[in-house]
Amino acid sequence: MSETLQRPAGKAAFEVVGTRPVRPDGADKVTGRAAYGADFDMPGQLVGKILRSPHAHARIVAIDASKAKALPGVKAVVTAADFPNLASEIVEGGESASNTRDLSLNVMARDKALYQGHAVAAVAATSVAAAQAALDAIKVTYEVLPHVTDVLEAMAEGAPLLHDDLYTEGLESRPTAPSNVSRRPVSQRGDLEAGFALAEVIVEGSYRTAAVHQGYIEPHACVAAWSENGRCEVWSSSQGQFMVRTYCAKLLGIEASDIRVVPAEIGGGFGGKTTVYLEPVALALSRASGRPVKMVMSRDEVFRATGPNPAAVIEVKLGALKDGTIVAADVKLKFQAGGFPGSPVGAAVMTALACYDIPNFLITGWDVVTNTPKTAAYRAPGAPIAALGVESAVDELALKLGLDPIAIREKNAVRDGTKASYGPVFSNIAYLDTLAAIRDSEHYKAPLGPNQGRGVAVGFWFNIGGESSAAVHLADDGSVVVMSGNPDIGGSRASMAMMAAEVLGVSVERVRPMVADTTSIGFSMLTGGSRTTFATGMAVTQAAQKVVDDLRARAALLWEVPVEMVEWRAGAAHCLDPAKADKAPMSIASLAATAGRTGGPISAQVSLNAQGAGPGFAVHLCDLEIDPETGESTIVRYTAAQDVGKAIHPSYVEGQVQGGVAQGVGWALNEEYVFDAQGQMENPGFLDYRMPVASDLPMIDAILIETAPNPNHPFGAKGVGEVPIVPPLAAVANAMRRAAGVRMTDLPLSPPKVLAALDAARS
Amino acid sequence: MAHVVLGSECWPYTGGQSEFEVEAADVRGLIAELDRRFPGLGEFVDRRMAFAIDGDIHQDAWFATLQPRSEVYLIPKIGGG
Repeated sequence: MSETLQRPAGKAAFEVVGTRPVRPDGADKVTGRAAYGADFDMPGQLVGKILRSPHAHARIVAIDASKAKALPGVKAVVTAADFPNLASEIVEGGESASNTRDLSLNVMARDKALYQGHAVAAVAATSVAAAQAALDAIKVTYEVLPHVTDVLEAMAEGAPLLHDDLYTEGLESRPTAPSNVSRRPVSQRGDLEAGFALAEVIVEGSYRTAAVHQGYIEPHACVAAWSENGRCEVWSSSQGQFMVRTYCAKLLGIEASDIRVVPAEIGGGFGGKTTVYLEPVALALSRASGRPVKMVMSRDEVFRATGPNPAAVIEVKLGALKDGTIVAADVKLKFQAGGFPGSPVGAAVMTALACYDIPNFLITGWDVVTNTPKTAAYRAPGAPIAALGVESAVDELALKLGLDPIAIREKNAVRDGTKASYGPVFSNIAYLDTLAAIRDSEHYKAPLGPNQGRGVAVGFWFNIGGESSAAVHLADDGSVVVMSGNPDIGGSRASMAMMAAEVLGVSVERVRPMVADTTSIGFSMLTGGSRTTFATGMAVTQAAQKVVDDLRARAALLWEVPVEMVEWRAGAAHCLDPAKADKAPMSIASLAATAGRTGGPISAQVSLNAQGAGPGFAVHLCDLEIDPETGESTIVRYTAAQDVGKAIHPSYVEGQVQGGVAQGVGWALNEEYVFDAQGQMENPGFLDYRMPVASDLPMIDAILIETAPNPNHPFGAKGVGEVPIVPPLAAVANAMRRAAGVRMTDLPLSPPKVLAALDAARS
Repeated sequence: MAHVVLGSECWPYTGGQSEFEVEAADVRGLIAELDRRFPGLGEFVDRRMAFAIDGDIHQDAWFATLQPRSEVYLIPKIGGG
């Protein structure tokens, strides 16, 4: 059922929540004992490999696998013909609805290959060499088609069409011809023309960002085993075992309950593992061969065939009064979706102006298909791109008006009672406190060195709740197992254990948090959207409370008093009946030891649909230094403040903030998909796709703002994992602007571009 | 009567009309009423839209209650990374 939970009664201060215990997964991860997706093996398993399109856009005329099937050691070959040909249907699978036809066609191309790297066939063989030989022996006849990878070129009249049945949604009337624009969301308020007429100063800019990858360390990997009885098992690394189950069932046309998905440890996801690539293929190969099949992507495949974040063009026009009051904003967001519709442009439209109270605005988005890998979610999907444009424009406005960059944001800031640009009225937000934390920081007042610039940018993310299940079981010694249905990608096991410990009144070391498979716990939406500590945490808290209620009831039985005469405190039942004041408290261990005699095992499970996730705001401050001789830039100092509600485990929250900044800095300075004239990605490896490493970054200072706890969460938590990546692109770009004296608008701000801009400015 | 504002995704169903007064006790009732007025819109918003009721965003929550003067914004469902 849908519900929220009140803060546990009688808790003036928390004993576990807000502390920094040792992480429960730490030892296994640093010793290499943790079992990731590629670490699982089964007797008799085969090696699965995928044949991928060498063309960015091509019609698949024929596939001849006869020679491959005849090779020694080759046990199965599958193509799209081995999957149901699904009609277009929107299904709930991950966090939100997906089109199963597009999902299926992305997993295995049927009539057309839509990007270089698109899967067209797969093999299972007894060795890597045999599988590779089989791939080489498959003959695919292609009719190569004109391709388009650039978002603006894809929108242009006469561009090569990817889908001849794609008609733009969101227009006033249905278009008469297909195009590469799948939809055009709009958000507006007031009178834009009148707003700009009122403006005393106007700034305009056009900004671009390249496609970037989530860059998780662990490539996609799975083992699938299809039994003779039609039931199957999948071991894989993903952000949601239930998501894998749902999508595999849909794509293969089987019952969800016939698939058991066991979640492996996950080596990073950041949104990129919120969909399936290998699992349905491995299942199809296992079904065809009768053997378990293991598939592991190479890094090359991860880059070429899994979802990056979109390239985009952002156009921003702001109108303001001389005192800095923004009176009009026109924002255009053109997002590359990849081979199938579904970029995060809708979220970008909603977040673009979410930090600002502007009376007149128009935000327009375009979701544009291109011959590039289908984009996937990446932390706060869409929001960093929108923020790049808006925050750069606000910085230009501040420069033009001679205003302090924090002051202009404070002047236009949303606050409790402000109607958000995307509709609802804000409440319980600490955005102004977050701005003040940066304004008052020592960093903001510190002097800059030569060739250095300081940039400010802000960001917003909604955060979500959703469906979650959790169970709490007591062992006979009073120790605790907490089960949830959410993979731990950012510290959720620690926070689950801590919330359970807080409610039960035990030390967190007595709680073992586990991530359960799809047959061992109720449905849970995937881990993403910064929802797990909020939503699954509510389920854990309620389950722990049920256990406490049970413990109190059993103590009442033993003391022969009404349950109201039993208080649970500090991990023990206390008798409140004055007539039985001699009764010593009964600890959780003693009650657990006699559970068999007082009613049976003590455990509880809760499934819920959590609502009321509080939004997150972030304010970032970046100092950057340019080497004027080479164009190389270095982040010399970075401080990030964030409205977190209440940090359950502050170290993990700080880690989320620091991780978001690190990824955002890489996005701003170095990362990009580079395509050649044939639409081939030229840099599908970490040597040529440059992500920041520890030595590239200073210590990132995180300031956690806890002045507005979320009233809908028992401990006040808000989601924290998304918003830290929203401001860094613009914070870096704004620092670069102030260090270089010129605005560079085309990310990444790599040394050649910076040097060229500096040379142009010098000349 | 709740005041309901539809996002642009819904406009093809309403001919561009975006604001309505709707008598409904909960989200399920609101969906039914929207579908009665604009056939097909109910299923669309049920699958694709979240309901921001007086500031709090509700997703897939048919029994989230509406007050007589509630302000309800229908916005695309939110995912994340």
